[in-house]
Amino acid sequence: MTQVFPIARRVLEYVLKLCLLMVFIFPFLWMISTSLQTFRETLAYPPTLVPAVPQFVNYLTALEAGPFGTYFKNSIIITLSIIVMQMVVLIPAAYGFAKYSFRGSGFLFSLVLLAFMIPGQVTFIPVYLMMADWGIGRTLLPQIIPFMTNAFGIFLLRQYFKQVPEELIEAARLDNASELKILWKLMLPMSKPALATIALFSFVSHWNDYFWPLVMTDSAAVRPLTIGIAMLRETEGISNWHVIMAGNVILVLPILLVYIFCSKQIVKAFVYSGIK
Amino acid sequence: MASIQLKQITKTFDKHDVIKDLNLDIEDGKFTVLVGPSGCGKTTLLRMIAGLEVQTSGQIYVGGKDVSKVAPGQRGIAMVFQNYAIYPTMSVRENIEFGLKNNKVPKAERTELVEGIAETVGLSDYLDRKPSTLSGGQRQRVALARAMVKKPAVFLMDEPLSNLDAKLRVQMRIELIELHKKLGTTFVYVTHDQVEAMSMADKIVLMNKGEIQQEAPPEVMYHTPSNAFTAQFIGVPPMNISAMSDGFSFGFRPESASLSKEKLLGAFAAHGRIVTREMLGSETIYQLKTEHGSFMIKSIDDSFRVDDEVHIAVKQDKLHFFDARQKRIAPSEPAYEQSLDLLRGRRYG
Repeated sequence: MTQVFPIARRVLEYVLKLCLLMVFIFPFLWMISTSLQTFRETLAYPPTLVPAVPQFVNYLTALEAGPFGTYFKNSIIITLSIIVMQMVVLIPAAYGFAKYSFRGSGFLFSLVLLAFMIPGQVTFIPVYLMMADWGIGRTLLPQIIPFMTNAFGIFLLRQYFKQVPEELIEAARLDNASELKILWKLMLPMSKPALATIALFSFVSHWNDYFWPLVMTDSAAVRPLTIGIAMLRETEGISNWHVIMAGNVILVLPILLVYIFCSKQIVKAFVYSGIK
Repeated sequence: MASIQLKQITKTFDKHDVIKDLNLDIEDGKFTVLVGPSGCGKTTLLRMIAGLEVQTSGQIYVGGKDVSKVAPGQRGIAMVFQNYAIYPTMSVRENIEFGLKNNKVPKAERTELVEGIAETVGLSDYLDRKPSTLSGGQRQRVALARAMVKKPAVFLMDEPLSNLDAKLRVQMRIELIELHKKLGTTFVYVTHDQVEAMSMADKIVLMNKGEIQQEAPPEVMYHTPSNAFTAQFIGVPPMNISAMSDGFSFGFRPESASLSKEKLLGAFAAHGRIVTREMLGSETIYQLKTEHGSFMIKSIDDSFRVDDEVHIAVKQDKLHFFDARQKRIAPSEPAYEQSLDLLRGRRYG
């Protein structure tokens, strides 16, 4: 092959990647830019991307527009509780499905996959009624209990566990390790990337969840950050985009931080190909 | 130390008997090798002794105690796996220590044991390394150390050398023999490689299709195989076996035949042409085409060439006869003379 060809190919590759990058990153940049503009700038035509003087005060305005401390605390409690509960449920479930053969395991696993495929919008009315029936409407529980299991997580971790050679588990059994110890000392350390991925996906989807808290909550005391940000729109009857965007930046900041910490593990989870 | 008894062991997979009514005594302190072609049930047998597989029926005794319902970790057994099965997220030290920890051995004693064993297998400098940074031979040693540190009554090994290169395999073979001598523990070793079996075993248990074909020390198995299968499984190249009438057959080891350009005399003699020649250094293996079929001949004389016309002869005491059921006929049996006559008849007829 000639020298010219690979270079041309590489240039094309970069151009395509750049385009793709722009598609994904532009809304993000616009959010940050808008969050630093004045109200007048947000309405200007043609729109500006770089604000004349960065208006950090927008963030303060957003935070003062409602009980953001409460929202933030609620979001953290809800999301972390969900992740912890999911791990408690999905780790043993995945181990069972991956390494035990028992009567009905195939059927049960297809039920799990089915749960994975049913959209939440289908089940929200019965779940809502159930939660209302239990009389826990004024607590955070209705935002936690329905998400205590994670079908996708069970599926992903099961696939991961399945790759662990049977001999390792047998060696541990011969080393007189209990099943719990095998799970804790052997399977989990080997599955860190998968666990990180599941936790991150779960974190993102529940941190960003808007629909469910909107349905389930009717007071500021139990509302999460997403609802709080959405309510910024209604404060003065007119959309204060600069304030809303400042709120949005506050909302996605934790996700960014988590991603930066986990990205290595996540990439590993998807390229993982067994133990040599 | 402990002996192992298997009584009336049957193992069924999907309604198919892999092992049926098997009885086996493994002597205390001996190096016993289970050998056989793949799928003969030798690994299944080993796994049942370990408790990793549950027999469909029958009992297993270790040191006189029925362990049929005892968990693998409580049978006083250690096992070395084919692919080592080293815990990848633990350091070498943690790997060796894991079993001791589970058995609640106090920390000070643990450290002492681990360091002693590491010294023995030459891993002292690697205790804090992760397995992924070790070579194949070193991983093998970790697996051995992990088994040894528990001071088991029985060592089980499932083809532990098959992942090593040829040179290292020979070296580890010698180390295992020495290790056995030093520990004096019962070793049960599974392999499909008859050379490994011959070189290491005090006693070989040869299996085929879930049945024991013969249990004997290597030299007994080599010189007096109990049937045609054993005769052809043990030895490289395998025993030459050729059919006679009535389902009877005769055989001889490749090194038992004399080879010459002149006509030779013997209980069995034949004339043929050399088809292939493999020069191995100290000996040469010739493949000979004769009117009675094709024979492999092992000789220290490397002067013959392909297409040479040669004569072979085998003395009577080097001949083996097998009956219609493939069983070897001992010289003391009446059928032996009958077989000799058959051979003569064939030679002269």
